[in-house]
Amino acid sequence: MAQATADEGASGTVASAHAAPLGRVVLSAADIDRALTRIAHEILEANKGPQDLVLLGIPRRGYPLAVRLAHKLAIADPSVDAEQIIGQLDITMFRDDLSRQPTRPPARTKLPPQGIDNKVVVLVDDVLYSGRTIRAALDALVDLGRPRIVRLAVLVDRGHRELPIRADHVGKNLPTSATEKVRVRLAEIDGAPGTDFVEDHVAIEAPQQPPAADSSESKEARP
Amino acid sequence: MKHLLSTRDLTAAEAIQILDTAEEMAAVNDREVKKLPALRGRTVVNLFFEDSTRTRISFEAAAKRLSADVINFAAKGSSVSKGESLKDTAQTLEAIGADAVVIRHPASGAPHRLATTDWIDAAVVNAGDGTHEHPTQALLDAFTLRRHRAQVAGIDSVGADLAGTRVVIVGDILHSRVARSNVWLLTTLGAKVTLVAPPTLLPYGVEQWPCDVSYDLDAALADAPDAVMMLRVQAERMNASYFPSTAEYSRLWGLGDERFARFAAPEFKDTVILHPGPMVRGLEISSAAADSERSQVLRQVANGVSVRMAVLYLLMSAKEFAS
Repeated sequence: MAQATADEGASGTVASAHAAPLGRVVLSAADIDRALTRIAHEILEANKGPQDLVLLGIPRRGYPLAVRLAHKLAIADPSVDAEQIIGQLDITMFRDDLSRQPTRPPARTKLPPQGIDNKVVVLVDDVLYSGRTIRAALDALVDLGRPRIVRLAVLVDRGHRELPIRADHVGKNLPTSATEKVRVRLAEIDGAPGTDFVEDHVAIEAPQQPPAADSSESKEARP
Repeated sequence: MKHLLSTRDLTAAEAIQILDTAEEMAAVNDREVKKLPALRGRTVVNLFFEDSTRTRISFEAAAKRLSADVINFAAKGSSVSKGESLKDTAQTLEAIGADAVVIRHPASGAPHRLATTDWIDAAVVNAGDGTHEHPTQALLDAFTLRRHRAQVAGIDSVGADLAGTRVVIVGDILHSRVARSNVWLLTTLGAKVTLVAPPTLLPYGVEQWPCDVSYDLDAALADAPDAVMMLRVQAERMNASYFPSTAEYSRLWGLGDERFARFAAPEFKDTVILHPGPMVRGLEISSAAADSERSQVLRQVANGVSVRMAVLYLLMSAKEFAS
Protein backbone atom coordinates (compact mmCIF):
# COMPACT_ATOMS: atom_id res chain seq x y z
CA MET A 1 0.00 0.00 0.00
CA ALA A 2 2.97 2.28 0.67
CA GLN A 3 3.83 2.47 -3.00
CA ALA A 4 0.32 2.97 -4.27
CA THR A 5 1.22 6.31 -5.76
CA ALA A 6 0.37 5.46 -9.31
CA ASP A 7 -1.91 7.54 -11.42
CA GLU A 8 -2.34 6.44 -14.98
CA GLY A 9 -3.03 9.95 -16.11
CA ALA A 10 0.26 11.14 -14.69
CA SER A 11 2.29 8.14 -15.76
CA GLY A 12 2.32 9.17 -19.39
CA THR A 13 4.06 12.43 -18.65
CA VAL A 14 6.41 11.09 -16.02
CA ALA A 15 7.20 8.02 -18.09
CA SER A 16 8.25 10.11 -21.04
CA ALA A 17 10.84 11.81 -18.86
CA HIS A 18 12.79 8.58 -18.50
CA ALA A 19 11.78 6.55 -21.54
CA ALA A 20 15.38 5.68 -22.40
CA PRO A 21 16.12 2.30 -20.80
CA LEU A 22 16.64 2.68 -17.08
CA GLY A 23 17.15 -0.23 -14.77
CA ARG A 24 17.80 -3.73 -16.14
CA VAL A 25 16.37 -4.39 -19.59
CA VAL A 26 14.94 -7.90 -19.67
CA LEU A 27 13.18 -7.85 -23.05
CA SER A 28 14.47 -5.87 -26.03
CA ALA A 29 12.36 -4.78 -28.97
CA ALA A 30 13.38 -7.93 -30.85
CA ASP A 31 12.55 -10.13 -27.84
CA ILE A 32 9.10 -8.53 -27.57
CA ASP A 33 8.50 -9.12 -31.26
CA ARG A 34 9.55 -12.78 -31.05
CA ALA A 35 7.41 -13.34 -27.94
CA LEU A 36 4.36 -11.88 -29.69
CA THR A 37 4.99 -14.05 -32.77
CA ARG A 38 5.11 -17.15 -30.56
CA ILE A 39 1.97 -16.12 -28.63
CA ALA A 40 0.14 -15.58 -31.93
CA HIS A 41 0.98 -19.12 -33.01
CA GLU A 42 0.03 -20.48 -29.59
CA ILE A 43 -3.34 -18.76 -29.81
CA LEU A 44 -3.99 -20.32 -33.22
CA GLU A 45 -2.84 -23.71 -31.97
CA ALA A 46 -4.98 -23.62 -28.81
CA ASN A 47 -7.99 -22.50 -30.82
CA LYS A 48 -7.33 -24.98 -33.65
CA GLY A 49 -7.46 -22.14 -36.16
CA PRO A 50 -8.66 -18.55 -36.26
CA GLN A 51 -12.42 -19.24 -35.93
CA ASP A 52 -14.34 -16.83 -33.66
CA LEU A 53 -11.18 -15.20 -32.27
CA VAL A 54 -11.51 -11.72 -30.75
CA LEU A 55 -8.53 -9.93 -29.16
CA LEU A 56 -9.39 -7.38 -26.47
CA GLY A 57 -6.56 -5.17 -25.24
CA ILE A 58 -6.69 -3.62 -21.78
CA PRO A 59 -5.69 0.09 -21.80
CA ARG A 60 -3.27 1.49 -21.95
CA ARG A 61 -0.48 -0.83 -23.11
CA GLY A 62 -2.56 -3.95 -23.61
CA TYR A 63 -4.30 -2.38 -26.60
CA PRO A 64 -1.22 -1.81 -28.81
CA LEU A 65 -0.09 -5.34 -27.91
CA ALA A 66 -3.48 -6.69 -29.06
CA VAL A 67 -3.11 -4.78 -32.32
CA ARG A 68 0.36 -6.23 -32.88
CA LEU A 69 -0.87 -9.74 -32.04
CA ALA A 70 -3.74 -9.42 -34.49
CA HIS A 71 -1.33 -8.51 -37.28
CA LYS A 72 0.85 -11.50 -36.36
CA LEU A 73 -2.27 -13.69 -36.56
CA ALA A 74 -3.05 -12.26 -39.98
CA ILE A 75 0.47 -13.11 -41.17
CA ALA A 76 0.25 -16.64 -39.76
CA ASP A 77 -3.21 -17.24 -41.18
CA PRO A 78 -4.24 -15.14 -44.22
CA SER A 79 -7.96 -15.72 -43.56
CA VAL A 80 -7.72 -13.40 -40.52
CA ASP A 81 -8.68 -9.75 -41.03
CA ALA A 82 -6.69 -8.03 -38.26
CA GLU A 83 -8.91 -4.93 -38.04
CA GLN A 84 -12.04 -7.04 -37.58
CA ILE A 85 -10.90 -8.96 -34.49
CA ILE A 86 -9.40 -6.17 -32.35
CA GLY A 87 -11.15 -4.40 -29.50
CA GLN A 88 -10.32 -2.43 -26.41
CA LEU A 89 -11.77 -3.21 -22.99
CA ASP A 90 -11.73 -0.43 -20.39
CA ILE A 91 -11.81 -1.70 -16.83
CA THR A 92 -11.58 1.58 -14.89
CA MET A 93 -15.12 1.41 -13.53
CA PHE A 94 -14.68 -2.19 -12.42
CA ARG A 95 -11.53 -1.82 -10.34
CA ASP A 96 -11.75 -2.88 -6.71
CA ASP A 97 -9.50 0.00 -5.62
CA LEU A 98 -11.43 2.76 -7.40
CA SER A 99 -12.26 4.64 -4.22
CA ARG A 100 -8.72 4.32 -2.83
CA GLN A 101 -7.00 5.90 -5.82
CA PRO A 102 -7.07 9.37 -7.32
CA THR A 103 -9.90 9.76 -9.81
CA ARG A 104 -9.10 8.05 -13.09
CA PRO A 105 -10.67 9.21 -16.32
CA PRO A 106 -12.19 6.19 -18.06
CA ALA A 107 -10.89 5.03 -21.44
CA ARG A 108 -13.02 3.86 -24.34
CA THR A 109 -14.38 0.36 -24.71
CA LYS A 110 -14.47 -0.62 -28.39
CA LEU A 111 -15.73 -3.99 -29.50
CA PRO A 112 -15.25 -5.48 -32.95
CA PRO A 113 -18.37 -5.23 -35.12
CA GLN A 114 -19.41 -8.85 -34.59
CA GLY A 115 -19.50 -8.40 -30.80
CA ILE A 116 -18.26 -10.99 -28.31
CA ASP A 117 -21.24 -13.32 -27.91
CA ASN A 118 -20.12 -16.93 -28.45
CA LYS A 119 -16.64 -15.77 -29.44
CA VAL A 120 -13.28 -16.89 -28.14
CA VAL A 121 -12.08 -13.73 -26.40
CA VAL A 122 -8.37 -13.36 -25.73
CA LEU A 123 -7.67 -10.63 -23.16
CA VAL A 124 -4.30 -8.99 -23.81
CA ASP A 125 -2.32 -7.03 -21.22
CA ASP A 126 1.29 -6.07 -20.73
CA VAL A 127 2.07 -7.20 -17.16
CA LEU A 128 0.26 -9.81 -15.07
CA TYR A 129 0.88 -9.09 -11.38
CA SER A 130 -1.78 -9.28 -8.65
CA GLY A 131 -4.46 -10.49 -11.08
CA ARG A 132 -6.85 -7.75 -9.98
CA THR A 133 -6.87 -6.03 -13.34
CA ILE A 134 -7.92 -9.30 -14.99
CA ARG A 135 -10.64 -9.84 -12.37
CA ALA A 136 -11.99 -6.40 -13.25
CA ALA A 137 -11.76 -7.25 -16.95
CA LEU A 138 -13.77 -10.44 -16.44
CA ASP A 139 -16.47 -8.41 -14.67
CA ALA A 140 -16.47 -5.85 -17.47
CA LEU A 141 -16.86 -8.63 -20.07
CA VAL A 142 -20.00 -9.97 -18.40
CA ASP A 143 -21.76 -6.64 -19.04
CA LEU A 144 -20.87 -6.73 -22.74
CA GLY A 145 -21.97 -10.19 -23.70
CA ARG A 146 -21.30 -13.88 -23.18
CA PRO A 147 -18.10 -15.14 -24.80
CA ARG A 148 -17.77 -18.90 -25.36
CA ILE A 149 -14.24 -18.96 -23.95
CA VAL A 150 -12.07 -16.29 -22.34
CA ARG A 151 -8.30 -16.65 -22.50
CA LEU A 152 -5.52 -14.43 -21.23
CA ALA A 153 -2.32 -13.44 -23.02
CA VAL A 154 0.29 -11.27 -21.30
CA LEU A 155 3.70 -10.03 -22.34
CA VAL A 156 5.20 -10.47 -18.86
CA ASP A 157 4.09 -12.55 -15.88
CA ARG A 158 5.88 -11.25 -12.82
CA GLY A 159 4.20 -13.46 -10.20
CA HIS A 160 2.83 -12.31 -6.81
CA ARG A 161 -0.75 -13.26 -7.64
CA GLU A 162 -3.45 -12.24 -5.16
CA LEU A 163 -6.32 -13.97 -6.93
CA PRO A 164 -6.75 -17.43 -8.49
CA ILE A 165 -5.98 -16.23 -12.01
CA ARG A 166 -3.39 -17.51 -14.50
CA ALA A 167 -2.37 -16.59 -18.03
CA ASP A 168 -2.84 -18.98 -20.96
CA HIS A 169 -0.14 -17.36 -23.07
CA VAL A 170 2.91 -15.69 -21.52
CA GLY A 171 5.65 -13.80 -23.34
CA LYS A 172 8.13 -14.15 -20.49
CA ASN A 173 7.93 -15.36 -16.91
CA LEU A 174 9.83 -12.83 -14.86
CA PRO A 175 10.55 -13.69 -11.22
CA THR A 176 10.58 -10.37 -9.38
CA SER A 177 10.59 -9.01 -5.88
CA ALA A 178 7.43 -7.13 -4.92
CA THR A 179 9.52 -4.02 -4.27
CA GLU A 180 10.81 -3.93 -7.84
CA LYS A 181 8.91 -2.35 -10.68
CA VAL A 182 8.42 -3.80 -14.12
CA ARG A 183 8.31 -1.11 -16.76
CA VAL A 184 6.94 -1.75 -20.24
CA ARG A 185 7.53 0.87 -22.91
CA LEU A 186 5.90 0.62 -26.33
CA ALA A 187 6.27 2.94 -29.28
CA GLU A 188 2.48 3.39 -29.72
CA ILE A 189 2.05 4.81 -26.19
CA ASP A 190 5.45 6.16 -25.20
CA GLY A 191 7.05 7.02 -28.51
CA ALA A 192 5.59 10.47 -29.01
CA PRO A 193 7.93 12.84 -30.85
CA GLY A 194 9.94 15.00 -28.49
CA THR A 195 10.45 12.29 -25.88
CA ASP A 196 13.73 10.41 -25.55
CA PHE A 197 12.03 7.09 -26.37
CA VAL A 198 14.48 4.83 -28.19
CA GLU A 199 12.78 1.49 -28.76
CA ASP A 200 10.31 -0.95 -27.18
CA HIS A 201 11.59 -2.61 -24.05
CA VAL A 202 10.69 -4.24 -20.76
CA ALA A 203 12.92 -3.31 -17.82
CA ILE A 204 13.09 -4.09 -14.11
CA GLU A 205 13.67 -1.12 -11.86
CA ALA A 206 15.09 -1.53 -8.39
CA PRO A 207 13.07 0.15 -5.64
CA GLN A 208 13.69 3.86 -5.65
CA GLN A 209 14.49 6.20 -2.76
CA PRO A 210 12.08 7.61 -1.83
CA PRO A 211 9.47 5.26 -3.32
CA ALA A 212 6.85 8.03 -3.62
CA ALA A 213 9.00 10.03 -6.03
CA ASP A 214 8.35 7.74 -8.95
CA SER A 215 5.16 7.21 -10.84
CA SER A 216 4.64 4.14 -12.93
CA GLU A 217 1.93 1.90 -14.28
CA SER A 218 -0.56 1.20 -11.53
CA LYS A 219 -0.42 -2.56 -11.84
CA GLU A 220 3.30 -2.40 -11.21
CA ALA A 221 3.03 -0.29 -8.11
CA ARG A 222 -0.06 -1.78 -6.56
CA PRO A 223 0.59 -4.41 -3.91
CA MET B 1 -12.55 18.94 -7.58
CA LYS B 2 -14.76 18.17 -4.59
CA HIS B 3 -17.92 20.09 -5.49
CA LEU B 4 -19.50 21.42 -8.67
CA LEU B 5 -21.06 24.74 -7.72
CA SER B 6 -20.37 27.03 -10.65
CA THR B 7 -18.94 26.86 -14.15
CA ARG B 8 -17.04 30.03 -13.32
CA ASP B 9 -14.51 28.04 -11.22
CA LEU B 10 -13.86 25.48 -13.99
CA THR B 11 -10.67 25.73 -16.02
CA ALA B 12 -10.76 24.73 -19.68
CA ALA B 13 -8.81 21.55 -18.85
CA GLU B 14 -11.28 20.56 -16.11
CA ALA B 15 -14.26 21.24 -18.36
CA ILE B 16 -12.75 19.17 -21.17
CA GLN B 17 -12.02 16.34 -18.72
CA ILE B 18 -15.70 16.30 -17.69
CA LEU B 19 -16.83 16.34 -21.33
CA ASP B 20 -14.37 13.58 -22.30
CA THR B 21 -15.50 11.42 -19.37
CA ALA B 22 -19.11 12.06 -20.45
CA GLU B 23 -18.16 10.83 -23.91
CA GLU B 24 -17.13 7.46 -22.41
CA MET B 25 -20.25 7.41 -20.22
CA ALA B 26 -22.40 7.93 -23.32
CA ALA B 27 -20.98 4.70 -24.75
CA VAL B 28 -22.48 2.80 -21.79
CA ASN B 29 -25.96 3.77 -22.92
CA ASP B 30 -25.48 1.76 -26.13
CA ARG B 31 -24.54 -1.41 -24.28
CA GLU B 32 -26.47 -4.51 -23.36
CA VAL B 33 -26.11 -3.82 -19.61
CA LYS B 34 -26.50 -0.06 -19.13
CA LYS B 35 -24.84 -0.02 -15.75
CA LEU B 36 -21.38 0.45 -14.28
CA PRO B 37 -20.35 -0.59 -10.77
CA ALA B 38 -18.23 2.53 -10.14
CA LEU B 39 -20.32 4.03 -7.31
CA ARG B 40 -21.67 0.83 -5.76
CA GLY B 41 -22.52 1.37 -2.11
CA ARG B 42 -22.55 5.18 -2.36
CA THR B 43 -25.63 7.26 -1.71
CA VAL B 44 -26.72 10.23 -3.79
CA VAL B 45 -29.45 12.48 -2.39
CA ASN B 46 -31.47 14.57 -4.82
CA LEU B 47 -32.45 17.55 -2.69
CA PHE B 48 -35.01 19.51 -4.69
CA PHE B 49 -36.53 22.62 -3.13
CA GLU B 50 -37.88 23.68 -6.52
CA ASP B 51 -39.91 21.85 -9.13
CA SER B 52 -38.01 19.97 -11.79
CA THR B 53 -38.67 17.19 -14.27
CA ARG B 54 -35.65 16.85 -16.49
CA THR B 55 -32.87 17.63 -14.05
CA ARG B 56 -34.10 15.39 -11.25
CA ILE B 57 -34.85 12.42 -13.50
CA SER B 58 -31.55 12.93 -15.28
CA PHE B 59 -29.55 12.96 -12.05
CA GLU B 60 -31.48 9.95 -10.81
CA ALA B 61 -30.79 8.00 -14.00
CA ALA B 62 -27.13 9.02 -13.93
CA ALA B 63 -26.64 7.91 -10.33
CA LYS B 64 -28.44 4.61 -10.93
CA ARG B 65 -26.38 3.82 -14.03
CA LEU B 66 -23.30 4.16 -11.83
CA SER B 67 -24.90 1.77 -9.30
CA ALA B 68 -25.28 4.40 -6.56
CA ASP B 69 -28.29 4.36 -4.24
CA VAL B 70 -30.58 7.32 -4.83
CA ILE B 71 -32.76 9.10 -2.31
CA ASN B 72 -35.16 11.64 -3.76
CA PHE B 73 -36.20 14.52 -1.60
CA ALA B 74 -38.78 17.07 -2.66
CA ALA B 75 -39.45 20.04 -0.39
CA LYS B 76 -43.17 19.65 -0.91
CA GLY B 77 -44.43 17.03 1.50
CA SER B 78 -41.29 17.15 3.67
CA SER B 79 -40.54 18.81 6.99
CA VAL B 80 -39.39 21.90 5.08
CA SER B 81 -43.05 22.88 4.86
CA LYS B 82 -43.13 22.67 8.67
CA GLY B 83 -40.32 25.22 8.83
CA GLU B 84 -37.16 23.10 8.89
CA SER B 85 -34.05 25.06 7.98
CA LEU B 86 -31.51 24.14 5.29
CA LYS B 87 -28.97 23.48 8.04
CA ASP B 88 -31.18 20.93 9.79
CA THR B 89 -32.05 19.24 6.51
CA ALA B 90 -28.36 19.04 5.61
CA GLN B 91 -27.39 17.62 9.00
CA THR B 92 -30.15 15.02 8.66
CA LEU B 93 -28.66 13.94 5.32
CA GLU B 94 -25.20 13.80 6.87
CA ALA B 95 -26.54 11.55 9.62
CA ILE B 96 -28.15 9.27 7.04
CA GLY B 97 -24.79 8.99 5.29
CA ALA B 98 -25.15 10.80 1.99
CA ASP B 99 -22.00 10.77 -0.16
CA ALA B 100 -23.23 13.39 -2.60
CA VAL B 101 -26.01 15.94 -2.49
CA VAL B 102 -27.56 17.23 -5.69
CA ILE B 103 -29.31 20.41 -4.68
CA ARG B 104 -31.78 22.70 -6.42
CA HIS B 105 -32.86 25.69 -4.39
CA PRO B 106 -34.75 28.93 -5.10
CA ALA B 107 -32.11 30.93 -3.21
CA SER B 108 -28.93 31.79 -5.13
CA GLY B 109 -25.92 30.52 -3.17
CA ALA B 110 -27.66 27.72 -1.25
CA PRO B 111 -25.34 25.02 -2.72
CA HIS B 112 -22.32 27.18 -1.92
CA ARG B 113 -23.54 27.42 1.67
CA LEU B 114 -23.83 23.64 1.92
CA ALA B 115 -20.36 23.15 0.45
CA THR B 116 -18.53 25.68 2.61
CA THR B 117 -20.10 24.97 6.01
CA ASP B 118 -19.41 21.91 8.14
CA TRP B 119 -23.07 20.91 8.07
CA ILE B 120 -22.39 18.09 5.70
CA ASP B 121 -19.28 16.37 4.38
CA ALA B 122 -20.74 15.13 1.09
CA ALA B 123 -19.86 16.33 -2.39
CA VAL B 124 -22.29 19.07 -3.43
CA VAL B 125 -23.57 19.38 -6.98
CA ASN B 126 -25.46 22.52 -7.88
CA ALA B 127 -28.57 21.58 -9.89
CA GLY B 128 -29.77 25.17 -10.16
CA ASP B 129 -29.78 27.83 -7.45
CA GLY B 130 -32.13 30.78 -7.83
CA THR B 131 -30.99 33.00 -10.68
CA HIS B 132 -27.34 32.15 -10.15
CA GLU B 133 -25.99 29.02 -11.87
CA HIS B 134 -26.95 25.63 -13.34
CA PRO B 135 -23.55 24.14 -14.18
CA THR B 136 -24.59 20.66 -15.39
CA GLN B 137 -27.00 22.23 -17.89
CA ALA B 138 -24.17 24.35 -19.30
CA LEU B 139 -21.93 21.27 -19.45
CA LEU B 140 -24.53 19.29 -21.37
CA ASP B 141 -25.04 22.22 -23.75
CA ALA B 142 -21.28 22.36 -24.32
CA PHE B 143 -21.24 18.57 -24.80
CA THR B 144 -24.08 18.76 -27.34
CA LEU B 145 -22.38 21.62 -29.22
CA ARG B 146 -19.03 19.85 -29.21
CA ARG B 147 -20.54 16.65 -30.60
CA HIS B 148 -22.42 18.58 -33.28
CA ARG B 149 -19.27 20.44 -34.30
CA ALA B 150 -17.24 17.25 -34.41
CA GLN B 151 -19.92 15.60 -36.53
CA VAL B 152 -20.01 18.53 -38.98
CA ALA B 153 -16.20 18.59 -39.21
CA GLY B 154 -15.98 14.79 -39.35
CA ILE B 155 -13.54 14.57 -36.43
CA ASP B 156 -13.45 12.92 -33.01
CA SER B 157 -14.93 15.15 -30.31
CA VAL B 158 -12.73 13.79 -27.49
CA GLY B 159 -10.25 16.40 -26.26
CA ALA B 160 -11.72 19.21 -28.37
CA ASP B 161 -12.83 22.60 -27.11
CA LEU B 162 -15.33 25.02 -28.67
CA ALA B 163 -12.88 27.54 -30.13
CA GLY B 164 -14.57 29.76 -32.69
CA THR B 165 -18.12 28.52 -32.08
CA ARG B 166 -20.63 31.37 -32.11
CA VAL B 167 -23.61 30.91 -29.80
CA VAL B 168 -26.60 33.25 -29.49
CA ILE B 169 -28.58 32.97 -26.25
CA VAL B 170 -32.02 34.55 -26.50
CA GLY B 171 -34.68 35.38 -23.93
CA ASP B 172 -35.06 35.94 -20.21
CA ILE B 173 -31.38 36.41 -19.35
CA LEU B 174 -32.27 38.26 -16.13
CA HIS B 175 -33.78 35.23 -14.42
CA SER B 176 -31.77 32.56 -16.24
CA ARG B 177 -29.17 30.55 -14.35
CA VAL B 178 -28.66 28.55 -17.54
CA ALA B 179 -27.54 31.67 -19.40
CA ARG B 180 -25.07 32.62 -16.66
CA SER B 181 -23.51 29.14 -16.47
CA ASN B 182 -23.31 28.99 -20.25
CA VAL B 183 -21.65 32.40 -20.57
CA TRP B 184 -18.82 31.33 -18.24
CA LEU B 185 -18.39 27.80 -19.55
CA LEU B 186 -18.70 28.43 -23.29
CA THR B 187 -16.34 31.41 -23.02
CA THR B 188 -13.82 29.31 -21.08
CA LEU B 189 -14.00 26.72 -23.86
CA GLY B 190 -13.31 29.35 -26.51
CA ALA B 191 -16.79 30.02 -27.88
CA LYS B 192 -18.15 33.50 -28.54
CA VAL B 193 -21.48 34.15 -26.81
CA THR B 194 -24.01 36.83 -27.75
CA LEU B 195 -26.93 37.50 -25.40
CA VAL B 196 -30.14 38.81 -26.94
CA ALA B 197 -33.01 40.07 -24.79
CA PRO B 198 -35.29 43.01 -24.21
CA PRO B 199 -33.42 45.61 -22.11
CA THR B 200 -35.71 44.90 -19.15
CA LEU B 201 -34.68 41.23 -19.10
CA LEU B 202 -30.94 41.84 -18.97
CA PRO B 203 -29.30 41.82 -15.53
CA TYR B 204 -27.57 44.80 -13.98
CA GLY B 205 -23.86 44.69 -14.83
CA VAL B 206 -24.22 42.46 -17.91
CA GLU B 207 -21.73 44.68 -19.77
CA GLN B 208 -19.03 43.27 -17.46
CA TRP B 209 -19.67 39.73 -18.68
CA PRO B 210 -17.33 38.22 -21.28
CA CYS B 211 -19.94 38.30 -24.05
CA ASP B 212 -21.71 40.59 -26.52
CA VAL B 213 -25.18 41.94 -25.75
CA SER B 214 -27.84 42.86 -28.27
CA TYR B 215 -31.51 43.84 -28.16
CA ASP B 216 -32.15 42.79 -31.75
CA LEU B 217 -32.55 39.09 -32.54
CA ASP B 218 -32.61 39.54 -36.32
CA ALA B 219 -29.32 41.45 -36.21
CA ALA B 220 -27.76 38.74 -34.02
CA LEU B 221 -28.87 36.08 -36.51
CA ALA B 222 -27.50 38.03 -39.47
CA ASP B 223 -24.08 36.34 -39.45
CA ALA B 224 -25.52 32.80 -39.10
CA PRO B 225 -24.33 31.64 -35.64
CA ASP B 226 -23.48 27.98 -35.01
CA ALA B 227 -26.16 27.62 -32.34
CA VAL B 228 -29.21 29.52 -31.12
CA MET B 229 -30.28 28.81 -27.57
CA MET B 230 -33.83 29.87 -26.72
CA LEU B 231 -34.65 30.46 -23.04
CA ARG B 232 -38.00 30.21 -21.35
CA VAL B 233 -39.67 33.36 -20.03
CA GLN B 234 -39.71 32.55 -16.32
CA ALA B 235 -43.12 33.91 -15.41
CA GLU B 236 -42.89 32.42 -11.88
CA ARG B 237 -39.94 34.68 -11.07
CA MET B 238 -41.47 37.82 -12.59
CA ASN B 239 -42.96 40.31 -10.14
CA ALA B 240 -43.18 43.22 -12.54
CA SER B 241 -44.16 43.64 -16.19
CA TYR B 242 -40.98 43.28 -18.17
CA PHE B 243 -42.56 43.55 -21.62
CA PRO B 244 -45.89 44.92 -22.89
CA SER B 245 -47.44 41.65 -24.09
CA THR B 246 -46.53 38.05 -24.82
CA ALA B 247 -47.48 38.62 -28.46
CA GLU B 248 -44.93 41.42 -28.74
CA TYR B 249 -42.27 39.36 -26.96
CA SER B 250 -42.91 36.45 -29.26
CA ARG B 251 -42.72 38.62 -32.37
CA LEU B 252 -39.47 40.37 -31.39
CA TRP B 253 -37.56 37.74 -29.40
CA GLY B 254 -39.23 34.43 -30.18
CA LEU B 255 -38.13 31.85 -32.72
CA GLY B 256 -41.43 31.81 -34.58
CA ASP B 257 -42.21 30.24 -37.93
CA GLU B 258 -41.16 33.30 -39.95
CA ARG B 259 -37.83 33.68 -38.23
CA PHE B 260 -37.24 29.94 -38.39
CA ALA B 261 -37.77 30.11 -42.16
CA ARG B 262 -34.43 31.97 -42.36
CA PHE B 263 -32.72 28.73 -41.27
CA ALA B 264 -33.37 27.32 -44.75
CA ALA B 265 -30.66 29.63 -46.11
CA PRO B 266 -27.40 27.85 -47.02
CA GLU B 267 -25.27 29.74 -44.47
CA PHE B 268 -27.56 28.36 -41.73
CA LYS B 269 -27.17 24.74 -42.82
CA ASP B 270 -25.19 23.70 -39.70
CA THR B 271 -26.98 25.95 -37.21
CA VAL B 272 -28.67 24.08 -34.37
CA ILE B 273 -31.41 25.12 -31.95
CA LEU B 274 -30.94 24.47 -28.24
CA HIS B 275 -33.44 24.87 -25.44
CA PRO B 276 -32.87 23.89 -21.80
CA GLY B 277 -36.57 23.09 -21.34
CA PRO B 278 -39.31 23.25 -20.39
CA MET B 279 -40.39 24.87 -23.65
CA VAL B 280 -43.36 27.19 -23.85
CA ARG B 281 -44.43 26.52 -27.42
CA GLY B 282 -45.83 29.56 -29.16
CA LEU B 283 -44.04 32.02 -26.89
CA GLU B 284 -40.26 31.75 -27.21
CA ILE B 285 -40.25 28.94 -29.78
CA SER B 286 -42.75 27.70 -32.35
CA SER B 287 -43.61 24.03 -32.71
CA ALA B 288 -42.16 23.99 -36.21
CA ALA B 289 -38.77 25.07 -34.85
CA ALA B 290 -38.93 22.89 -31.74
CA ASP B 291 -39.76 19.73 -33.68
CA SER B 292 -37.46 20.38 -36.65
CA GLU B 293 -34.34 18.37 -37.31
CA ARG B 294 -32.33 21.46 -36.26
CA SER B 295 -33.64 21.14 -32.74
CA GLN B 296 -31.24 19.37 -30.36
CA VAL B 297 -33.68 19.45 -27.44
CA LEU B 298 -34.07 15.70 -27.02
CA ARG B 299 -30.39 15.12 -27.69
CA GLN B 300 -29.67 17.61 -24.90
CA VAL B 301 -31.79 15.53 -22.53
CA ALA B 302 -30.01 12.30 -23.51
CA ASN B 303 -26.60 13.95 -23.22
CA GLY B 304 -27.61 15.29 -19.81
CA VAL B 305 -27.52 11.80 -18.34
CA SER B 306 -24.00 11.16 -19.69
CA VAL B 307 -22.71 14.51 -18.44
CA ARG B 308 -24.21 14.00 -14.99
CA MET B 309 -22.74 10.49 -14.82
CA ALA B 310 -19.34 12.04 -15.56
CA VAL B 311 -19.79 14.70 -12.87
CA LEU B 312 -20.92 12.22 -10.21
CA TYR B 313 -18.11 9.83 -11.14
CA LEU B 314 -15.40 12.50 -11.04
CA LEU B 315 -16.64 13.96 -7.74
CA MET B 316 -17.37 10.72 -5.92
CA SER B 317 -15.13 7.89 -7.10
CA ALA B 318 -11.97 8.84 -5.20
CA LYS B 319 -13.69 9.48 -1.89
CA GLU B 320 -11.57 7.30 0.38
CA PHE B 321 -8.43 8.52 -1.33
CA ALA B 322 -9.30 12.14 -0.63
CA SER B 323 -10.11 11.56 3.02
